[in-house]
Parts: sequence; structure tokens; C-alpha cells
Amino acid sequence: MVLGGLEKLGRLVLYSLEEAGKIMMLFLSAVAWAVRPPWRFHLIIKQMEFVGVKSIFVVVLTGTFTGMVMTLQLFHGFRLFSAESLVGSTVALAMTRELGPVLSSLMVTARAGSAMAAELGTMRVTEQIDALYVMATNPVKYLIVPRVIASIIMMPILTVVADFVGVVGSYFVGVSILGINAGTFMKNINKLVVLDDIFNGLIKAAVFGLILSLIGCYKGFNTRGGAEGVGRATTEAVVLASITILVSDYFLTALMF
Amino acid sequence: MIKLIGLNKSFGKQKVLDNLNLEIESNKTTVIIGRSGGGKSVLLKHIIGLIKPDSGSVLVDGEDIARMNDRELNDIRRKFGMLFQEAALFDSMDVGENVAFPLKEHSKMTKEEIRKTVAERLAAVGLAGVESKMSSELSGGMRKRVGLARAIALLPEIVLFDEPTSGLDPVMAEAINQLIKETQRNFNLTCVVISHDIESIFKIGDRIAMLYEGKIIEAGTPAEIRATTNPVLRQFLTGSIEGPIKII
Repeated sequence: MVLGGLEKLGRLVLYSLEEAGKIMMLFLSAVAWAVRPPWRFHLIIKQMEFVGVKSIFVVVLTGTFTGMVMTLQLFHGFRLFSAESLVGSTVALAMTRELGPVLSSLMVTARAGSAMAAELGTMRVTEQIDALYVMATNPVKYLIVPRVIASIIMMPILTVVADFVGVVGSYFVGVSILGINAGTFMKNINKLVVLDDIFNGLIKAAVFGLILSLIGCYKGFNTRGGAEGVGRATTEAVVLASITILVSDYFLTALMF
Repeated sequence: MIKLIGLNKSFGKQKVLDNLNLEIESNKTTVIIGRSGGGKSVLLKHIIGLIKPDSGSVLVDGEDIARMNDRELNDIRRKFGMLFQEAALFDSMDVGENVAFPLKEHSKMTKEEIRKTVAERLAAVGLAGVESKMSSELSGGMRKRVGLARAIALLPEIVLFDEPTSGLDPVMAEAINQLIKETQRNFNLTCVVISHDIESIFKIGDRIAMLYEGKIIEAGTPAEIRATTNPVLRQFLTGSIEGPIKII
């Protein structure tokens, strides 16, 4: 019984290490192909539109309501020791340091990371990836490099949007509904939020962009077994990317702040 | 000339190719026949370097594909075209973009030259004027013809066909057979076709080779294959359930 459990645990550890190694190899291969001409800028632009522009709506919604609900909750807590004026700056700090990058990355993982896995997975099972090889076009360069570059560029931009609308949502609830003084609200944000908070949040976002695109592409690229395999790859991509984002967020925070 | 020498390939415990040897002559059509799941597609993928053998050599014009790195493989693959079983058209592109893909990637043609070449290749497979259709709008036969147009876009020396008539009605299958023959003749190609469609193989093959249990058990002209005394080949050609081929 105990040995069986240990065996399973060992197998899980080995599997996880193997997967991590393969994802790392794919990353190195993507870097090697990214620096080698020809550069296909039109493919990067197309992916930037897909990953970034088409995610704006969902990121705006997430950011706004997160800012709004945090304000509501913090207001009730902070009122107990008459610190309502710090609500705005606390929300702004939380948004720029953590919630902006993490929540928008999770939303983009669900929207674009899953789509990457599904699209590449379908291409794999219908031999379109083999067709690329046969036509002397490396699929890592043609399919994966543009998606990874586009995600690394677009995630910080989406995070800026999420940060901004989060603070706007907080201002709306705090000032217009809960009656916090507008001047104090803004003054404390100015005083407590420094450029490093925003900048470090954007670095996190770029790392999360790399994680979600790399894992989405890896799972799609290695899909086996028809329609069921594509479904499995998509689910695994979303779960693994989300967990990796949350875990790496802890280590990035520990490193940066 | 393509030479397969002592090819071995296993997936896990299953041995798919077992010391396989075969010579494929230039400017002719060689058909490789064999049972479903018997390793024909695996063999074809070895010829173009999509799968590497555990041991053995794949010589294309004297160069060993099995020992090449990614960059060398990319270069030699420009000699090849391949028609996949389900055509493997890019579903994010229309027909014209699919056929234009290898031209855009590997030639220095202008947009106008590419447009003209795409129209020529589509006309060569009897599909003039379908450039703007999406691949999802095409029938099985049309997909295969577009796939062939894409495979011959850069006028390769060698074209590989993975079960070109599977899933087609008899009339369309015959049309595809005719097309393969015409294309081979018109462009003087070396064609390698894998199939288990007995009627088709005698129509298109200049040489026929039988793959069984990982080896080529017999190879020859259609007349030689028809006259064979090999019991496995005889059973395969007649489609009998009595004989040495085990039915699992």
C-alpha cells in the first residue's frame, strides 16, 4: 500500500520533470529559430491581434470588477480604524503588483492559451504540422515563435489596461458610491504607488505571456490521438499554464519586491 | 534514386520495420503495398525524414537523410512534395494560399508570378478558378487534388503519395489515378505511392513492392507481381482470408 503510493508519487515526479525538460527544450528551440531569418513579422502582428486586441474586452471587464469589488471589501475593513483614505492606494498597489498581471494572464490563458493548444493540436492530428516539415518550413519557427513573441509583447500592454481600469473601477466605487474624498484618494495613490510597482508588474506579465504561450503551444504541438487528444491537450494546457503562472508569481514576487 | 538500406524501426516493443531494403528508381512510379497498420506510412515518413530509423540508411541521390540535422533536412526536402492521406491542407488559408505557400516560402517569385503559377498548378489538377474557396468547402477528391497541386508547386523531383485513393468513390479514385499518371509523365517525377487499393496499384505503378511484417518481401514490375508465386502476396492480391496472412 505504502510502496504503491510512493511508486505513484515517484512516477508523478518523473513525469513532471520530463515535461518540464521538454518544455524547456521547446523554449530553447524557439529562441534559436527566433533569431534566425527569415523573420515573419506579419505572423507576429496577426498573433498580437489575436492574443492582445481580442482579449481587451475580457481584461477590461476583469480589471474593472476586481478594482470595484476590492474597494467595496477594503472599505468595510479600513473603516474600522478610520483608514478609508488608503483604500485607493491599496487597490492600486494590489492591481499593479499582483492582480493586474495575474488575473489578465489567467484570462488570456483561458482565451488564447487554450486556442493555441486546440489549433496546433488539430494541425498535428490532421498532419498539417507534418506538411510544414515536408514543405521545408520549420513549424517551431512558423507556428510557435510568432505566438510566443506576440504573447510576451501583448501581456504587459494588457496588464497596463487592467491596472488602469482597476483603479478607475476603484475610484468609481470609492469616490462616487462610498463617499471617499477624491483628492485624498488620488493623493495617496500618487504617494504610495511608485514606478517600480508598475514596472515589476509588467515584467511579471511578460513572463506570464511566455509561460501561457509556451505551454499552450507545447501541449498542442505534442497532441496525440484525434479529437479526444485535442480536447485533452487543451484542458492540460489551461490547467498547467494557470498553475505555473500562480507558482511562478510567488517566486517572482519574492525576487522583485 | 532512393535507396533504403537495412532500415529498422520500433515503437515501444512493436517492431514496424525489420531490416528493410528497397531501391526506388528515378522518374518512375513505385507503389508500396501492404496491410493496414503494417508500417507503410511509417516507411514513407522515413523517406522524407519525418521519422528517423533506429538503424539503417535512407539514401536520396547518395545523401543519407537518416544522419541529417534539421537544416540539412530542410534543404533536401525542397526536392520533395507529398500528398497526405487527408491532404493536410492548412484550414486557416484558402486554396490559392495553400498552393502558394511553398512558392512564398522558397522562391523569389513576385506576387504576380506566384498568382500565375498557382493558377497553372490548379489547372494541372483540373481545378482552375477555385483559388478563393476555403479548404473546408472542398469535397474529399477536390482536397486531394489541391493537395497534389501544392505538392508539385515548386516542381519537385520526388512526390510521395500516402494512400491517394482512400475514402474516394470509384470514379473519383480513377480520376486521381489518372492525375497521378499524367503528373508523373508531364513533370517527369519520381513517385512513391503507398496504397492497398489493388485496382489502383496496377494502373499507376511502374514497379510494385510488398511490405509485410516489416520487410519488403517482393518487388517487381506489375507483370512480375501478377505472376508471383509468393503465397503472402497472392493472398493479398486476391483478398482471400485463407493463407499465411494472419487476421487479427
